[in-house]
Amino acid sequence: MKQKLTWAHFKQFIPLYIMMVPSLVYIFINNYIPMAGIVVAFKKYNVNDGMFGSAWCGLDNFQFLFGTSDAFVMIRNTLLYNVAFIIVNQCLGIALAIIISDVINKGLKKLYQSSILLPFLLSMVVVSYIVFAFLSQENGMINAVLKSMGKDIVYWYQDNGPWPFILIFVNAWKGVGYGALIYIAGIAGIDPAFYEAAELDGANKWQQITKITLPCLVPQIITLVLMAIGRIFASDFGLFYQIPQNSGALFPTTQTIDTYVYRALIQAGGIGRSSAAGVFQSVVGFTLVMISNAVVRKISAENAMF
Amino acid sequence: MVLSKGEKAYQVGINIVLIIVTLVMILPIVLLFMCSITDENTLINNGYSFFPEKFGLTAYQYIWQNRGTVLRSYGLTIVVTVIGTACTLILTSLIAYPLSLRNLPGRPFFNFYVFFTMLFSGGLVPAYIMWTNTFHIKNTIFAYLLPNLLLSAYNIILVRTFFMTSIPDALYEAARIDGASYFTIYWKIVLPMGKPIMVTIGLFSGLGFWNDWTNGLYYVNRSEMFTTQVLLNRMIQDIQALANNPGGGSGSGALVNLPTVSIRMAIAFVAILPILVVYPFLQKYFASGIALGAVKG
Repeated sequence: MKQKLTWAHFKQFIPLYIMMVPSLVYIFINNYIPMAGIVVAFKKYNVNDGMFGSAWCGLDNFQFLFGTSDAFVMIRNTLLYNVAFIIVNQCLGIALAIIISDVINKGLKKLYQSSILLPFLLSMVVVSYIVFAFLSQENGMINAVLKSMGKDIVYWYQDNGPWPFILIFVNAWKGVGYGALIYIAGIAGIDPAFYEAAELDGANKWQQITKITLPCLVPQIITLVLMAIGRIFASDFGLFYQIPQNSGALFPTTQTIDTYVYRALIQAGGIGRSSAAGVFQSVVGFTLVMISNAVVRKISAENAMF
Repeated sequence: MVLSKGEKAYQVGINIVLIIVTLVMILPIVLLFMCSITDENTLINNGYSFFPEKFGLTAYQYIWQNRGTVLRSYGLTIVVTVIGTACTLILTSLIAYPLSLRNLPGRPFFNFYVFFTMLFSGGLVPAYIMWTNTFHIKNTIFAYLLPNLLLSAYNIILVRTFFMTSIPDALYEAARIDGASYFTIYWKIVLPMGKPIMVTIGLFSGLGFWNDWTNGLYYVNRSEMFTTQVLLNRMIQDIQALANNPGGGSGSGALVNLPTVSIRMAIAFVAILPILVVYPFLQKYFASGIALGAVKG
């Protein structure tokens, strides 16, 4: 039943609109003005003329950005790391969730659940201190162990080779607990009658996992993976900026779009490149979210985000 | 409950795996603490280790002697976290409540207005220009509060869905018949009944303010305005600058310039101590908050 919108009817809602005003204004300033501000990527920015007053320069900033090898390196790194993160974190998260859910001892179960989430609570700055304690060239624990075994020490903050593994490990260490807890909630929602019936039929543990648990988790897996794919052009600035200690020697394996945007922004004259990279990231990211959501809606409508 | 032999072996197996996982999660944090209480010379000669030869509390003594810097940043972190979390809770619930009412005219528009911010963002550069040149938040407390952290569309949708599903319409109708205004309903019914979700949002938002260092990196460069995370970040930056450019210090304060390794580790430990202390008591709220993410809004 659609009510006709008359003033008398509308009037009663005014207090509700007033309640929303502060939040609407904040979102307008914090989110919508910067969206309009992407025009800055098509301008020769000048502080005195401001974001909207500076002279247009067409696609110069983009041409400059894509004329360097930086663009290729940061896009490749962002995509490959995200693919690795999705695979590693989802697999570990599901595996941990399955075995933690199977633990019978209540106290231990709680201990495991608490400890896997603990790294999630630390900031990337603190995590970078911890990583430094392991990797520091002079005093790091790993080099101390290598020395005591009579092996050559590794200059971790100058050697590109190990960094993909280090970053994948740190990202998993910090993030796996979050995913695991979502899956634990999903597993808790599975009807225990399924397992009882399977046991009566003589299904072993592995069969129960592959035939009951995993199929029941498919909605959560789809949602989490798709959200991650939608964000595949974004990267965790802290992870890629703090953990390698902002070391220039490591840019080939640690530079992502987000670190590039920041580094170019703080350089003199870098604002054009920086904003071009930012706009490229936003536009491609937006397209990917729309595509991934359309795909889910096609496969299983109830798992679509919108 | 009697366990079969196979089930027993399975339990032993998964517990061994999970104890190893637990150690991997916790030991690095223990290492941070051990480094902070290791004697400085032992640290330099033998490196970081779980079992230092010689302990020393000089790092904590040094922090105490220079408590001005550390306590000021600590105090600022607490102020930012408390004000920020309070504002987040007020703003989020004030918009989530009207959006939870199905008969609100224009509701689809406002939902989209909120949701679209999850899909598209202007990025760092326009936001940076706006906050610094239009609002002049550099080196003020607003630098920590305003950019990005106050409201998130995700939180608004979580809270709105909670209000929609757990507050019965009959309650609203009864209150309206009694002549209660919308604001009275918000204050007397919505907030008390929404307490579980408010606790969850408050926790995650508080954690976000406590741990944030990016806003400080972008918008703060005066050392008396450093929060603990920004102080920690600045200390690494100064050491990197010193390594790249020996002889040229940045001069942003004695402690910031050249703190020894154990002092840096001690400050990092002091910064996470409150989290470690309250986490065991709040663990279930964190877990249930994350589980909410599994249920779509």
